Amino acid sequence: MKTKIKPSTFPLGGIHPRSLGFNTMDNEIKNADLPHFVSIPLSQHIGVPANAVVKPGDIVKTGDVIGESSGFVSVNIHSSVPGKVLEIKKGYSAIGSMTEMVVIEFEGELNMSRTGKSPVKWKDMSCEDIIKKIKDMGIVGLGGATFPTHIKYSVPSDKKITELVINAVECEPYLSADYRVMLEKIDDMLIGIEIAKKLLNVKNVYIGIEDDKPEAIQKISEAVSNIEGIEVVDLQHKYPQGGEKQLIKAILGREVPSGGLPLDVGVVVSNIGTIVAVKEAVVDGKPLTERVVTVTGSIVKNPGNYKIKIGTMIKDVLAEVGLIEDPGKIVMGGPMMGLAQYNDEMPVTKGTSGILVLSKKQAKAYHHAPCVRCGKCISVCPMGLDPTLLCTSIELDRAEKAIEQGQNDCIECGCCSYTCPSQKHLAQTIKLGKLRQIARRKGEA
Amino acid sequence: MAQDNSLLISSSPHIRTKDKLPVVMWSVVIALIPAGVWSYFVFGISAIITIGVSVGAAVLTELIINLLIGKRITVINGSAFLTGLLIAYNLPASAGGHLPIYIPIAASVFAIAVIKLAFGGLGQNWMNPALGGRIFVFFAWTRLMTSGWAAPMSPDVVSSATPLAALKFNAGTLPTHLDLFLGKTSGCIGEVSAAALILGGVFLIIRKIVNWEIPVFYILTTAILAWIFGGLNASTPALFTGDPLYHILSGGLMLGAIFMATDWVTSPMLFKGRVLFAVGCGIITVLIRLTGRNVEGVSFAIVLMNIAVPLIDRLFRLGIFGTPGKEKKA
Ligand code: SF4
Ligand code: SF4
Repeated sequence: MKTKIKPSTFPLGGIHPRSLGFNTMDNEIKNADLPHFVSIPLSQHIGVPANAVVKPGDIVKTGDVIGESSGFVSVNIHSSVPGKVLEIKKGYSAIGSMTEMVVIEFEGELNMSRTGKSPVKWKDMSCEDIIKKIKDMGIVGLGGATFPTHIKYSVPSDKKITELVINAVECEPYLSADYRVMLEKIDDMLIGIEIAKKLLNVKNVYIGIEDDKPEAIQKISEAVSNIEGIEVVDLQHKYPQGGEKQLIKAILGREVPSGGLPLDVGVVVSNIGTIVAVKEAVVDGKPLTERVVTVTGSIVKNPGNYKIKIGTMIKDVLAEVGLIEDPGKIVMGGPMMGLAQYNDEMPVTKGTSGILVLSKKQAKAYHHAPCVRCGKCISVCPMGLDPTLLCTSIELDRAEKAIEQGQNDCIECGCCSYTCPSQKHLAQTIKLGKLRQIARRKGEA
Repeated sequence: MAQDNSLLISSSPHIRTKDKLPVVMWSVVIALIPAGVWSYFVFGISAIITIGVSVGAAVLTELIINLLIGKRITVINGSAFLTGLLIAYNLPASAGGHLPIYIPIAASVFAIAVIKLAFGGLGQNWMNPALGGRIFVFFAWTRLMTSGWAAPMSPDVVSSATPLAALKFNAGTLPTHLDLFLGKTSGCIGEVSAAALILGGVFLIIRKIVNWEIPVFYILTTAILAWIFGGLNASTPALFTGDPLYHILSGGLMLGAIFMATDWVTSPMLFKGRVLFAVGCGIITVLIRLTGRNVEGVSFAIVLMNIAVPLIDRLFRLGIFGTPGKEKKA
């Protein structure tokens, strides 16, 4: 392995978001307190929700299937604690959509139903069996997109994958969950990579790490130094390097075509957390019932990286970490793309990479002024779009024009809004344009 | 806790840059302070009066129009203040007291009311308001605007000519390069000291408020062209004998290149466009200075290029990521 002399990065746009003065990079992963109740949504992934297979009154153990995948683009949902099913209710999940949730009251001992078993010899398993295992264990992309991993690793026969890229770039500023995982779980990561290599039938693996994490670069470089085909790529720190298209461009110099997928350029990108989850699922038989979440913000007393049971309420998490004052805004995810929550009764799901708590002072509604044509939004857009032009088209309801101008190429990274001196709601307007387009399509159908 | 509606919900991103519009505008004002202070030492209190009148008129005009049409009050964003300041800096320092105060007032009112607000307010104006105001009074009161220049350091004495006029018409004595750089010459209030303006410019470029490409390419183009063709006016005309330093240090080039050509609203949005814009400004400036009846080319050059900005912006567009070879349609 070798690291490049001058770290590469994606060429177009990008920003260095300002620091708000808190940092959790050095906080080791800690197990969060066990919740008294969990509320587990049956739709935590892109695709079809799982079907509930428990009913109120049922007793479940940790890791028991409570929602069965219903179709190919769907995965199983497991109980994250032992206890009694109280009810199955409808509620809003953190992404704002209505979904069924299984509410379980914690009872008994936290005892992984599989502990004590010896690790599975995955090398003897067939690819089909491994894929099935990944699906059964409910593994989805942990970077935030929650795309079912078994689908990502089942490459259509007409596509040839030549590279596997491991996304070890923190997707969002202020978050450090991926960083801690890569420091603390190197061995698991290496096994996970081997499994993915087998499934995808690839030889070359690139692990992209940004140069603001020299410790990780050094440790992982050492760990892979005598493994054939794995290379650590040192990347220049810049947001949104964690975007798949940006990462592929930065590491391999290839551009995923507009409207296309990484598959189209022979690449599969996996988040580092996902890779570790794949290992745990396949080798240890561990379903995805917990994940590392960065809980942070300047009014958080004990910010850090916590391993949290899926279904734990935000309010329980916040009670544990402690808040200095009443929050002004609670964001699931990071500051650039996360979702503001309307209350703290939201469960942590498989897609929750961070919980960001902003103070009343930091949570401002921005009054926007007219565009002053500074061009900053254009120069920071990683997709080469003209956000102000797009925004005007959408505001004037010129849908066709907006699509021509690349509305659907926008990755919603938020760089344009972040940087606009007039504080125009650029990314927000473009998202609105996309929603309108979906609504129109539904209307036509 | 937080069961009430106390949580703010808004679409991402949840953080924004600190360089908001008012911060930007006031930073430019700060960057202009050294040149203003310098004008006091060179031209005395009359310079300060002109500055005060023109800033006051600009701010009041904007405030009154805001109130009249019932729009959001926009004066605190500093843009009217800045326009007034730039207008004053572009007005001549006259000998024996200041300009009649109706001149700065007329320039400011015209700039704010006609050039900026009548076109829809900040962001919609196609011409730099300060320059528009200046050109308006230049044509309205040409004689007052072009004669009676105060001599530096002794503001009551009428100097025979500004440095550029002296160079062009072989009138009066030429100030030295050092005097030009430091600002010990006749001229407009804010333009005389290249040193003070460069100081402000460096501050703004480091703060990433103005781009470097427009000032650098504008000044370079002017210097090169002045060097090649500047000698043609001399008694024994010859190419490549011009005095580039003299041209770039005098006649408001620094003020124009650093503070007015870089105005966001009226300059191109992307790098390549800005370079073309700046080179265009340079060419027109030299053309006017060397061949026109007028000795100062900067204001007209910038305004002419302002007009071309929409075209330039159309010319240079980035391609959308993942669509090789396909250019974006405007
Ligand atoms: S949100 Fe969309 S338009 Fe804005 S910078 Fe990101 S990709 Fe470009
Ligand atoms: S960043 Fe804002 S002010 Fe600047 S061009 Fe874009 S929309 Fe206009």
